[in-house]
Amino acid sequence: MENTNLTLGILLQLCQLLLVVLMAPLLMGWVNQCRAWLQNRSGPGLLQPYCTLRKLFHKDAVLAHDASPLFRMTPYIVFGCMWLAAAIIPIIAVDLPFSPAADVIALVGIFALARVFIALAAMDIGTAFGTLGARREMLVSFLAEPALLMVFFTSSLISHSTQLPHIVETFAHHEFVLYPSLAFASVAFVMILLAENARIPVDNPSTHLELTMIHEAMILEYSARHLALVEWASSLKLLAYISIGIALFLPQGIAGVGNWNALPLAVAALLLKLVAAGAGLALLEALIAKMRIFRVPEFLGTAFLLAVLGLLIHFLLGA
Amino acid sequence: MSIPFTTQIIYLLASILLLVAFAMLSQRRILSLINLFAWQGLVLSVSTFVVAYSTAQHHLYYSAVLTLLLKVLVLPWLLHRLIRKLNVKWDVETLINIPTTMLVGIALVIFAFNLAAPISQLSESITRGLIGIALASVLLSLLMMITRRKAVPQVVGFLAMENGLFFAATSATHGMPLVVELGIALDVLVGTFIFGIFFFQLRETFDSLDITHMEKLKDDNS
Repeated sequence: MENTNLTLGILLQLCQLLLVVLMAPLLMGWVNQCRAWLQNRSGPGLLQPYCTLRKLFHKDAVLAHDASPLFRMTPYIVFGCMWLAAAIIPIIAVDLPFSPAADVIALVGIFALARVFIALAAMDIGTAFGTLGARREMLVSFLAEPALLMVFFTSSLISHSTQLPHIVETFAHHEFVLYPSLAFASVAFVMILLAENARIPVDNPSTHLELTMIHEAMILEYSARHLALVEWASSLKLLAYISIGIALFLPQGIAGVGNWNALPLAVAALLLKLVAAGAGLALLEALIAKMRIFRVPEFLGTAFLLAVLGLLIHFLLGA
Repeated sequence: MSIPFTTQIIYLLASILLLVAFAMLSQRRILSLINLFAWQGLVLSVSTFVVAYSTAQHHLYYSAVLTLLLKVLVLPWLLHRLIRKLNVKWDVETLINIPTTMLVGIALVIFAFNLAAPISQLSESITRGLIGIALASVLLSLLMMITRRKAVPQVVGFLAMENGLFFAATSATHGMPLVVELGIALDVLVGTFIFGIFFFQLRETFDSLDITHMEKLKDDNS
């Protein structure tokens, strides 16, 4: 019995690995499609990201003369980091064999590792735009990271664990309680999500206007399969962040420990939540205007403030 | 969890109250500031209503309705009329460094929570943890009054401070006698009228609502 459970767990883990990597471009396509609809355009269709990836993989890569091995390694490292991150977040079932590998703090570390490498690669070529993008990315992320940690600490304090499966288990399968501290944390998390995934108020993913771009400026030198991997990694990052949000704030419907019968329902619930989250993200982006880069510290400072307030309220009210 | 559902709702409303206090601290536009003040009044009214429902005290229903009428409808309407007449509706105040103000705000919240902790121990009621939040929102409103230069935001800060005190009264002691509440409500209303007259005088004298001009009023001869 013990053995079959383990086999089933590993099987499920492999399923999730495949699912996230295949679903991430679809999510990106869905968000873009929703944005197009909100802007009264017909949109490129849900499968456009797959077509783009396929096209990029068939092209020949062009590398700058001064590119070091780091530049060539980075897309694989970034892709691996994001895939790992998306794989260890419990989104279908709670007790996947991979999940205890990293707790929430390690998860933040994985994101940081990917970020460091992509920033180094951006500066590696030595073009002005790459350096500019890397500096801006660092400006955004050094403010976003503590706020993200604070959000994690709030939910960790409530569930007395930094292990994601344990946090999800606490929220999903116990009596429903209103947590004011989590309400604060969720607002902060949405702001961090927008900043970290280069979405609208901080960065515009659909522009190549040199003065405003952050993420696009960093990957300007990449082409073909390298670019495909970086793009795929950024869609995986979006999926990972949305999954973290779902796991922390809306885990209802996830399959419990050893409860394999609830799996189909869990997958259906997950798809529903992802569709809703993608549409919500597009709506949010349609409603907010892009802010000046110098206003970004203020925006992220507010996110940090909200997360700290959530923490304080947890200490005061115990809820 | 043994916390009853109504208490959870009150906790949530208290947190929103604190959030609105922070939003007011960081708001640059006068118009949005007044709208935020109206929202704070609404949260206060709902929380009073929930306290009334959960403790079955009928006089709190009256004060909930009174709060709704006065702080959500009458006072914001008066302030809106005032800024329209003063022609400062779209005024944007240049604040000094919002992140720093926010950090000071967080320090104030921690201070208030620590200050309220021993007081909360004395109280028997289940909502005693809320004294800290009420105190924090009072201090935040005070901070807002200190950091603002224009007259209208200062008055909004003053009114928000009263909101915090009212919240402390309803959450910790389950409300004051109705006579006291009526008296305070009347005071606030009259106060707003007087402030309105004061604004017009201020503008007539200095042609501006910036109260730093008032420093020139000192008697140099003595």
